[in-house]
Amino acid sequence: MSNVPVELKYTKDHEWVRVMDDGNLMVGITEHAQDLLGDMVFIETPEAGGKFEPGQEVAVVESVKAASDVYCPVAGEIIEGNEALADAPETVNSEPFEGGWLFKLKPDDASSIDDLMDADAYQELLASEEH
Amino acid sequence: MPFIPHTEKEVKEMLDAIGVSSIEDLFDEIPPELKAVSIDAVPSTQSEMDVSRLMMERAEEDGRQLSFIGAGAYEHHIPAAVWELTTRGEFYTAYTPYQAEASQGTLQLLYEYQTMMSRLNGLDVSNASLYDGASGLAEAVLMAVRANRKSKSKKILMPKTVHPHYRKTVEAIVNKQDIKLEILDYDATGGHLSPEQLPQSPGDFAALVIPQPNFFGVMEDVDMLTDWAHSHGALVIAVVNPIALALLQPPGEWGENGADIACGEGQPLGIPLSSGGPYYGFMCCKQALVRQMPGRIIGKTLDMDGKPGYTLTLQAREQHIRRSKATSNICTNQGLMITASTIHMAILGAHGLEEAAATSNENTNTLIDKLTALPGVEKVFERPVFHEAVLKFDTPLKDVLRALNAQNLIGGYSLEDEYPELDNALLVCATETKTQADIDTYVNHLERILSKQETVKCPVSPKI
Amino acid sequence: MLIFEQSKAGRKDGPGKRKKKQGSAIPKNFLRKQSAGLPEVSELQAVRHYTRLSQKNFSIDTHFYPLGSCTMKYNPRACNSLAMLPGFLNRHPLSPDMFGQGVMACLYELQEMLKEVTGMNAVSLTPAAGAQGEFAGMAMIRAYHDAQGDTARTEVLVPDAAHGTNPASAVMCGYTVREIPTSSNGDVDVDELKKVVGPQTAGLMLTNPSTVGVFDRNIQEISSTVHKAGGLLYYDGANLNAILGKVRPGDMGFDVIHMNLHKTFSTPHGGGGPGAGPVGVSERLTPFLPVPMVAHDGDEYRWLTEKDCPQTIGRLSAFMGNTGVLLRAYVYARLLGKEGMIRVSEYSTLNANYMMAEMKKKGFDLAYPDRRATHEFIVTMKRQAKELGTNTMDFAKRLLDYGFHAPTTYFPLLIPECLLIEPTETEDKDTLDAFIDTMEKILKEAQENPEQLKDAPHTLPVRRLDDVRAARELDLAWKAE
Repeated sequence: MSNVPVELKYTKDHEWVRVMDDGNLMVGITEHAQDLLGDMVFIETPEAGGKFEPGQEVAVVESVKAASDVYCPVAGEIIEGNEALADAPETVNSEPFEGGWLFKLKPDDASSIDDLMDADAYQELLASEEH
Repeated sequence: MPFIPHTEKEVKEMLDAIGVSSIEDLFDEIPPELKAVSIDAVPSTQSEMDVSRLMMERAEEDGRQLSFIGAGAYEHHIPAAVWELTTRGEFYTAYTPYQAEASQGTLQLLYEYQTMMSRLNGLDVSNASLYDGASGLAEAVLMAVRANRKSKSKKILMPKTVHPHYRKTVEAIVNKQDIKLEILDYDATGGHLSPEQLPQSPGDFAALVIPQPNFFGVMEDVDMLTDWAHSHGALVIAVVNPIALALLQPPGEWGENGADIACGEGQPLGIPLSSGGPYYGFMCCKQALVRQMPGRIIGKTLDMDGKPGYTLTLQAREQHIRRSKATSNICTNQGLMITASTIHMAILGAHGLEEAAATSNENTNTLIDKLTALPGVEKVFERPVFHEAVLKFDTPLKDVLRALNAQNLIGGYSLEDEYPELDNALLVCATETKTQADIDTYVNHLERILSKQETVKCPVSPKI
Repeated sequence: MLIFEQSKAGRKDGPGKRKKKQGSAIPKNFLRKQSAGLPEVSELQAVRHYTRLSQKNFSIDTHFYPLGSCTMKYNPRACNSLAMLPGFLNRHPLSPDMFGQGVMACLYELQEMLKEVTGMNAVSLTPAAGAQGEFAGMAMIRAYHDAQGDTARTEVLVPDAAHGTNPASAVMCGYTVREIPTSSNGDVDVDELKKVVGPQTAGLMLTNPSTVGVFDRNIQEISSTVHKAGGLLYYDGANLNAILGKVRPGDMGFDVIHMNLHKTFSTPHGGGGPGAGPVGVSERLTPFLPVPMVAHDGDEYRWLTEKDCPQTIGRLSAFMGNTGVLLRAYVYARLLGKEGMIRVSEYSTLNANYMMAEMKKKGFDLAYPDRRATHEFIVTMKRQAKELGTNTMDFAKRLLDYGFHAPTTYFPLLIPECLLIEPTETEDKDTLDAFIDTMEKILKEAQENPEQLKDAPHTLPVRRLDDVRAARELDLAWKAE
């Protein structure tokens, strides 16, 4: 069973969201997601300033066998994309919840993350997808 | 039975193994009312001997003419070794190299091809071919719209000096995706895109297409055009002739920063004219755009023992993985054609291509000089040309061409349909395959035909 | 060794002095500053190099090549030599019709034959490959709806088992794509189809026989469901080989079809192409066919262009498409004739069903054990992957060691750990038996010595290649050290 940190929020598309000290959000893909995709070869992260609605495509993670869109978890404006991934896409595999974050987002509404799953709910989702 | 190896005994054994009594039983999941099929309009089977005779007669009918047409497909000498090797079964009957370890021949050859094309074009990377030059330009347009993040518009500036069939093909392929092609006129004196034809305030546009040489054979001011497009935040798509590139400044070196994408028709590099195909489209680009490039791409890597090898790479962009979000729907490409081109380029080398290019240029200039020395024939555009030029006749061109055809000679490509503003204008081409005697044959026939027309004063259809 | 590494500066000049040709009439500012840097090798070096490279390939001429969905059948040599007669090769695409009656007669007759075997009203040969045929087909569907003023149809339905080209082609025509699930018996889930079909449906793209190797038994119901909703039916002809002369897409109710001549009509695959993807249409789509086509007026053949077909979706390439490929297909069709065409579907189906039955007996799991195979079938290695830790790719790579090209792996995506096996009609029983025996042998190796598989291939010019490295450290063109 893959690691699911309790302090994070999750989406059904296997993304995680961390609320940072300044109230902004950090977003990445879960350990489970990177495991499914396999070795990352290229990560396309967004530029600062873009505004996105939930479900809109923000980033692309590309492995040898798949290229997958990463969706915006909640409405907001991009503050920063993780440019370090351009030269080290494997970070998403090695530390998905830390150095492998994809982008930072200023949410339009701080409470919007309440709609996301907590760790327990995400664990259940993973268990259900096993079958 | 042609190409079916089964003996009756084997068929029986196989049916027994399956547990059915006849081959027809194997189609029992098809609704019976759909199976009442007749294909009687298809002729009956014929022996290889009979079909050979038929095909020889038909090929004979098409015959061999002395041809001075270019217009996007060019007759060049192809060393015999090129197609001897290309049609070896190991190249001819393999498929896309999905199993890399069992396809190193094709894969290494494609890697060599990519290297040759990126060097010819002066750009970082090349793909492993698209269908032809025209559809390749359509893919380049789609790629530029994807790649130009600065531009919000889906507007492409397309000079009228781009091959008219290319423009039509691009239109047919991209018009379902809200891409607008804005046509730029040409300079009536030079036959090129001069600063006067460039829009004063072009607004936001994704890319400018620059042909070199252009459809009229004329050389464009590529440095000026490239810098102009870049100064407006647009990308530059070069449409180039690969034989010309042996001599001409490569797209990657145009202007301050070079063209971003180069594409064109690969046919001049060892592919027979064949009534229009199969040819192939080549495409090169700057490294930064490689993930937006459509088509197969081969990369070098290492095997488990650290030995170098070649494999399909960046496949996640392609339709079989990315499906509706792929860079293009292209799957099958023109692999065998670039096999021929790679061998052709290896045998000729840069010197061989330079010679073919230079001789084509010389022959065309000789042809123009001799034809325009005849009364009633003039060169239309002033600027220097590569291996084609537009000539203007003061008599009805159609009749002249038909009279030439009657002498088994094809005089060139008439521009009357595509460029009605150019009256009785003919695009002519003389590649390195034309001897001085060939050129004189053309000149002599034309001289005689024109002199007759002058005396008759009204167009009379010659009997063919 | 690369051809570049055999290059030596000055080899092309030879021992004497070379007369330099510069293209003197071209002003200097247009010229390149340095030579293009192509290899300088002798003709013998080039011939030897590319002959040796060719020997590193598996091909139909050298190996059994049961690559599912690709129809790797024998490519008769006559098709090649007759299409490469000088009269055909030297004809310029824009040369007058009077100098092209031979080639145009062949193309016209091919149009007519393809109409007959598919049951369609008209055929255009111009698309250069299956994917371009798909684009043309979807563009015609769009043109048809637009001509009716029916612009609300924005969605195209595609089964989840479809080739990736289907959704990609629909998107190129400005459509959004909605996937339809495949039911557990391999047929399209008709209930799901009925739920999603509606006034927004432009059409359905269907491969029948499908990519999972079965003939969809509900085709008539599917067809009427889509038609009733005002949508059109697109037939992906990738698997036409399985039904040639047996069932016709036109009779199944399809409005538009593309054929892959490099599959069903045995033109060469050429290491990735060229193919040819002619399209056939029902009467209502005929005005929209791509140009050029060939017409026969009295005694003469002539090209049909934009002038003759004002509603055409246009041109898909500069000239006629892959004419040389079309000529090969024409020769093949004449050699087979109507009798031979029917045998294509019969014996390809016999071979596939025989292999399927035998592999089942040897302990392999079939994806659809209760169904007839068409000309191909699917084995799933899910159980072996779980129990033995050897996956489909390991089996595929080990097959190479034994001199068989691997079947298609991991396609269609909806069946885990799958091998899509298509023997074609031109393989004899002994070859099929040898393949089956080898699969059994590899299964045994997987049980006894799985490393043999995981490290495979062992006997090829290279061992398993590092795809991750290839994509991360892109090396797409050779540079001198």
